[in-house]
Amino acid sequence: MKYCLIIGAGSDVAKALAVEFAKGGFNLQLAGRNVEDIGKTAADLQIRYGVKVETLYLDVLKFETHPEFFSNLNPKPEVVVAAAGLLGDQKVTERDQSATLTVINTNFTGIVSLLNEAANYFQELGSGSIIGISSVAGDRGRMKNYIYGAAKAGFTAYLSGLRQRLSKKGVDVLSVQPGFINTKMLQGVETPKPLTAEPEQVAKMIYNGFRSKKHVIYTPGYWRIIMSVVKFIPERIFVKLDL
Amino acid sequence: MKKQKISNWGKYPVVEANVFEITDELRAQKQVKEGAELIARGLGRSYGDSSLAETIVDVTGMDRFLAFDDETGVLKCEAGVSFSTILEFFVPKGWFLPVTPGTKFITVGGAIASDVHGKNHHKEVCFGNWVREMKILLASGETVLCSPIEKSDLFYATIGGMGLTGIILEAEFSLKKIETAFIKQEALPAENLDIVMRLFDESKEFTYSVAWIDCLAKGKNLGKSILFRGEHANLEDIKNTPFANTPLFYQNKGMLGVPFNFPSGSLNSLTIRLFNGFYYMMNKMKGSGITHLDPFFYPLDAIANWNRIYGKKGFLQYQFVLPLESSRDGMGEVLQAIAVEGRGSFLAVLKLFGKQESMISFPQEGYTLALDFPIMPGLLKFLKKLDEIVLKHGGRFYFTKDSRLDPETFKKGYPRLAEFLEIKKKYDPDGVFSSRQSKRLELT
Repeated sequence: MKYCLIIGAGSDVAKALAVEFAKGGFNLQLAGRNVEDIGKTAADLQIRYGVKVETLYLDVLKFETHPEFFSNLNPKPEVVVAAAGLLGDQKVTERDQSATLTVINTNFTGIVSLLNEAANYFQELGSGSIIGISSVAGDRGRMKNYIYGAAKAGFTAYLSGLRQRLSKKGVDVLSVQPGFINTKMLQGVETPKPLTAEPEQVAKMIYNGFRSKKHVIYTPGYWRIIMSVVKFIPERIFVKLDL
Repeated sequence: MKKQKISNWGKYPVVEANVFEITDELRAQKQVKEGAELIARGLGRSYGDSSLAETIVDVTGMDRFLAFDDETGVLKCEAGVSFSTILEFFVPKGWFLPVTPGTKFITVGGAIASDVHGKNHHKEVCFGNWVREMKILLASGETVLCSPIEKSDLFYATIGGMGLTGIILEAEFSLKKIETAFIKQEALPAENLDIVMRLFDESKEFTYSVAWIDCLAKGKNLGKSILFRGEHANLEDIKNTPFANTPLFYQNKGMLGVPFNFPSGSLNSLTIRLFNGFYYMMNKMKGSGITHLDPFFYPLDAIANWNRIYGKKGFLQYQFVLPLESSRDGMGEVLQAIAVEGRGSFLAVLKLFGKQESMISFPQEGYTLALDFPIMPGLLKFLKKLDEIVLKHGGRFYFTKDSRLDPETFKKGYPRLAEFLEIKKKYDPDGVFSSRQSKRLELT
């Protein structure tokens, strides 16, 4: 029976995505720090969909534990989803070194460290799928969230390179570029209602993207257009904007 | 954070509130520790102002099943799980809700807070009767387990306690084993109140019974109604029906909607009279048979937003129960008052409750009547008149349906209210949990 590992399973998008994989007949390995809460999600999925669900403790920031975490997985997953993320508070990260590093290490370093393990395993196996949930914030740095955005830009570049490398080895890599999602990450942040998607909607798009072996998806699709416009704005105008 | 305009199912009253969505325990704790007065809210199907306050904690995001024992049918889940979700996943496995009200779009937490009743009250009491344990978030930010053994005061005060003791986070309760998703139903027309009451008496052995009353019938037809009674069908019962091969079929169907608010006042006595007459006829012809549990229990759920037919101003539900000994006289007086006034209720539901021991729950042995009234000039004055009749006959009112009673009238019906308030004070000394209703009724 096939397994899907979700890194950062406590997030709202991860929870919704776990539902999609469970409906698709996947067993799940849900990994994250808040194992009590993840355990509840695991119980729910088992009861609803009759799939097997394991709860695993994982701290994305404890890099040294990553090789062992991956080698201990039994059975090994066919799909690995990187859903861990931390928005942080831009104003705080501008002044506080440790806050900056936490944002970068959660969104980039820690995830890369884990996905490297998965990538090497899949390459050897000659099959497998990696899904990386990045962000449109990585498409162009903006004053409102450029520490987070920079980490996501790094992650997007990583996924792009990884895809090129692994596509020759039978391994699929899907980059997901979500816009605003109505999740706890954005609780307290004002977002434009018509541009704010629900986690369930985004999860369905991700699952479909995975099934149809897409390379890069924007969720929802209109973000591709919005971001190409944002990227197109000349720098001399961009610096004057307050996006 | 922007305030939202929010109201419950009766669309009256409307309040401006900060709504916090919680999806897990930690976030719920964080919210309570902020210390602002607040009330938990589920799917907003109470009719009045029970779950309205300036700060509302929306628990519908806490919607996970936590454990299920397929030997005993004991289910543990988060409080935001809806009855419709339970039906969707458990009817196909051969389990049904132990008690359900006339809508499935309610949460488990709301069902406990209102201690909801259904067509089987005379045999199986309220939903709270089936709850074995709850996890409650207290005003201190602490989460505690309570049951009939552990912190039993908190347990019994929370059942029917309208969220005033804390936020229900999780609950464990038993489901009921069923062989099929179908009901053997009988519809019996009754020409007047005496006859329908006799039918209720004769139907005591049926698991489910309820009557719909034509409120506009007068004179010797006062209380003209149709009594529905039913039992879960077993495999034998559906053997020769088209459902024989899919005994546990269940699907949350797409619903018809009422796409806009009807002009206020479009439900006048004439339209209601036509509706009730038509309904009476239809059911007289239909008689008995096998029906799926969805239309049997949730006839109005098939129409999303049916509350819009009352127009933008909304409507009031009015539900009371009278002690058995004064039920005949009291119901007669109430129905007479409604018929004289010509203020028909679109929907009037009569039901005989069985015995129930409880601290703050609504049901007690006797007849209950639930009425809908579109908001129109003169309504509040008229309802005051009904209040007097109900009080005169020793009756009481249902929190979940109320948005207008005065504290004195309400309190008269609840002899154990002081005990409830003591327990509330013990677990919530600073009065964190408070709703517009609890303030209006001077409970907080």
